[in-house]
Amino acid sequence: MKVILEIQRYDPNQNIEPYFQSYEMETQPEERLLTVLMRIKQELDPSLGFRKSCAHGVCGSDAMVVNGKERLACKTLIKDVVTDIDRSIRVEPLQTLPLQRDLMVDQTHFFQNYMQVKPFLINPDSPPEAERLQSPKERQQIDEGTSCILCASCYSACPIIQEKNPDFLGPAAVIQAARFLDDSRDRGFAERLPELDQDNGIWPCENHFECTRVCPRGIKITKTINLTKRSITKYKDLTLS
Amino acid sequence: MIKEYDAVIVGAGGAGLYAALEASKKAKIAVLSKLYPVRSHTGAAQGGIGAALGNVEEDKPEWHAFDTVKGGDYLTDQDAALVLAEEAVRAVYDLEHRGLPFSRTPEGKIDQRRFGGHTRNFGEAAVRRSCYAADRTGHMILQTLYQQCIKNEVSFYNEVQLLDVLLEGKRCTGVIAYDLATGEIITFKAKAVLFANGGVGRMFRVTSNAYANTGDGQALLARRGVPLEDMEFFQFHPTGIREMGILITEGVRGEGGILRNSTGERFMERYSPTMLDLAPRDIVSRAIVTEIRAGHGIKGDGQIDDYVFLDASHLGREVIESKLPEIADFVRTYLDIDPVESPIPVHPTAHYAMGGIPTDLEGCVIADEKGTKIDGLYAAGECACVSVHGANRLGTNSLVDLIVFGRRAGIHMGRFVQESNPHPVSPDSAASIEAQIKALKKRKNGPAPEMIRKRMQNSMMAKVGIYRNGRDMAETVEELRELRQMYREVGCPDLSQAFNTAVLEVFDLGHRLENPYITAVWALNREESRGAHAREDFPERDDTNWLKHTLAWLEGEDIRFGYKPVDISRWEPKPRKY
Ligand SMILES: Cc1cc2nc3c(=O)[nH]c(=O)nc-3n(C[C@H](O)[C@H](O)[C@H](O)COP(=O)(O)OP(=O)(O)OC[C@H]3O[C@@H](n4cnc5c(N)ncnc54)[C@H](O)[C@@H]3O)c2cc1C
Ligand code: SF4
Ligand code: FES
Repeated sequence: MKVILEIQRYDPNQNIEPYFQSYEMETQPEERLLTVLMRIKQELDPSLGFRKSCAHGVCGSDAMVVNGKERLACKTLIKDVVTDIDRSIRVEPLQTLPLQRDLMVDQTHFFQNYMQVKPFLINPDSPPEAERLQSPKERQQIDEGTSCILCASCYSACPIIQEKNPDFLGPAAVIQAARFLDDSRDRGFAERLPELDQDNGIWPCENHFECTRVCPRGIKITKTINLTKRSITKYKDLTLS
Repeated sequence: MIKEYDAVIVGAGGAGLYAALEASKKAKIAVLSKLYPVRSHTGAAQGGIGAALGNVEEDKPEWHAFDTVKGGDYLTDQDAALVLAEEAVRAVYDLEHRGLPFSRTPEGKIDQRRFGGHTRNFGEAAVRRSCYAADRTGHMILQTLYQQCIKNEVSFYNEVQLLDVLLEGKRCTGVIAYDLATGEIITFKAKAVLFANGGVGRMFRVTSNAYANTGDGQALLARRGVPLEDMEFFQFHPTGIREMGILITEGVRGEGGILRNSTGERFMERYSPTMLDLAPRDIVSRAIVTEIRAGHGIKGDGQIDDYVFLDASHLGREVIESKLPEIADFVRTYLDIDPVESPIPVHPTAHYAMGGIPTDLEGCVIADEKGTKIDGLYAAGECACVSVHGANRLGTNSLVDLIVFGRRAGIHMGRFVQESNPHPVSPDSAASIEAQIKALKKRKNGPAPEMIRKRMQNSMMAKVGIYRNGRDMAETVEELRELRQMYREVGCPDLSQAFNTAVLEVFDLGHRLENPYITAVWALNREESRGAHAREDFPERDDTNWLKHTLAWLEGEDIRFGYKPVDISRWEPKPRKY
């Protein structure tokens, strides 16, 4: 199947503004978009810049905006993004993060927000010799959150970060915080509270559901944000009274 | 630019991160990684980490060690296997204490499942030894260790790629690396360097390995005169998604999945009456290829791309969604198949290098047959060869290896740098790399790197894969020699400074040409069949002549061989039956 890829290009040393370049490629409907990008790089244009590693949706390297939606290139098949009538695929870098080159964006801020919520188990008690016990149900509670691959799709799709508050902590960081707050082994609620319970913390979220829509891991992000807001309120009510 | 640290760790997968946690307690260290740490391929590991916790049935580290030795077709060093199995138990508890979300038993303990080659009481029957977190165990390990590194404020240099290593005599004094963002060359001056740069699977066309797994550390050390050990042993995992190579974990068979040929027969009954589908990987991969060659593949044409079925449909939705959710997702995304309803088309996929940089039990790199150390040089993880995996690694044993030997190497290195003084590094140590990059960017009309890469991967796949023979391998060696010549003329058309991924692709290809060359020459040299190394022209294991590790030195286009004895202090080598 012949497709036309319209890819955003930008080299900071040469271009003032990003521009689009099109590549016509013969593809298979079941081919991964990442494979097609690799073929462009290897066969046509080695200068095309993008990130990749695992090629099967587990490392979070290749999130980008495809036909207007955040996706992992390696989990997008050509047939998912073309129709019989429209054989063009528009490929752009993630939004809300500074552009570095072509499809690569600077993830520093995204990772800073992640680190800010103290994404590690906090429990001052010394552990037993063997494992800490946790019931299957308690374990299930954190299942979704632990599957996050930090791809930043949600951060890119968030209308709050795009339009209102670029300093909003963002969906992924809240998911990571919740992953620990909801872990029966964690004791870090108080320690993480100041990071979440502040103007740029969890509160800016207005339930646009864009993050949930794009998350390649199917995490119900908006729901988790709301549940976390509720536990914060409850926690504060309890500690204040 | 020159930066100075006590120690540098190259690689931020499971091995590098664990070593960093230990070493940073005592020393100022930096971790360099060509990927953001959480993108490392440890995150792709699915099925589990083996440890004889005995949570669901009786188990002992000694049984685990024995299985590791037998699984490795007796090329495993037995002292190392005992360390691995004994320390595995503590390693798993340690990960749990650090927050790793293991799947649980009804009593709240870490749940365990069956895996290939892991048995009760020295081979009686399959045992539940693999500790797992659904089918994202590696992801959870990588996340947990990275979280701990954040907590302990380890310094990372992300997207900074190793391009050379500084060795002066029998001493390592640092590394040279390329900063992707700026194109700048950085000399890292250090009292010690630990290599944890992972595997080399990308030398084959169909592989479960990431694009980043190009074996840079192994290649660069070989160029600098460090021997590599047992490189002829490369594992093909039996169940990769047809043509794509994406891994379908052995955990599927651990939970009860069954391999079937075109007639619907459970063919493993004929190859491994006791362990069936859970025989070690080398045996199952050969069985699949034998079935395909006999015309019992699903297509039935006996071609290299024919396949068999892995049937998990009888496990039921509940088990598949809760214990194998990632697999279900891959199969749905890439094949448009629901594993609850239909079998999965699979064939073997290039997976894991048993060989690598030779080390002792503390991760110190060995320079020769006598075990002479290179001061300040360490290796751990898939790039290293302790050797705990011998001629064939058991599933779940790599993740244990990362933690157990990553930890040991980190501790030893932390101590070493406290006791040693920095060595001077010549101010123009980066000059040669800088000149290479300049030359690359000037060269015009060279051969296409793409053509070289494809020919290398196809040749390795067809001729140095699961079944091997002298004639085919000699052809690959010849072809690789030719490709290595051609590589010298390759140029880089992208002249930019910032985020120039094209330059790094050219370097990667150069590293990728060293590893298959070494693998093919080594494989041609070993005239026996053992573990993953199966020769049609030498079908038997030959303990009289070949119960020994290969050490080999790359000397330009030539290879010098040496041998190292195998530790067999505990169990007498026996014929391997399952
Ligand atoms: C799909 C899959 C499933 C698996 N499942 C299991 C399993 O269930 N159980 C099990 O025990 N094993 C499993 N394995 C094997 C195991 O996951 C790997 O062997 C192991 O994770 C390798 O870890 P590592 O730390 O050595 O390297 P990696 O995790 O590969 O990390 C390598 C690091 O080195 C860095 N690096 C590489 N080159 C350079 C360079 N030139 N400069 C700077 N940095 C560099 C990379 O950025 C990366 O950070 C699986 C493997 C695969 C591919
Ligand atoms: S929550 Fe989903 S979209 Fe956001 S970073 Fe994690 S995996 Fe990506
Ligand atoms: S390349 Fe790893 S998620 Fe796509």
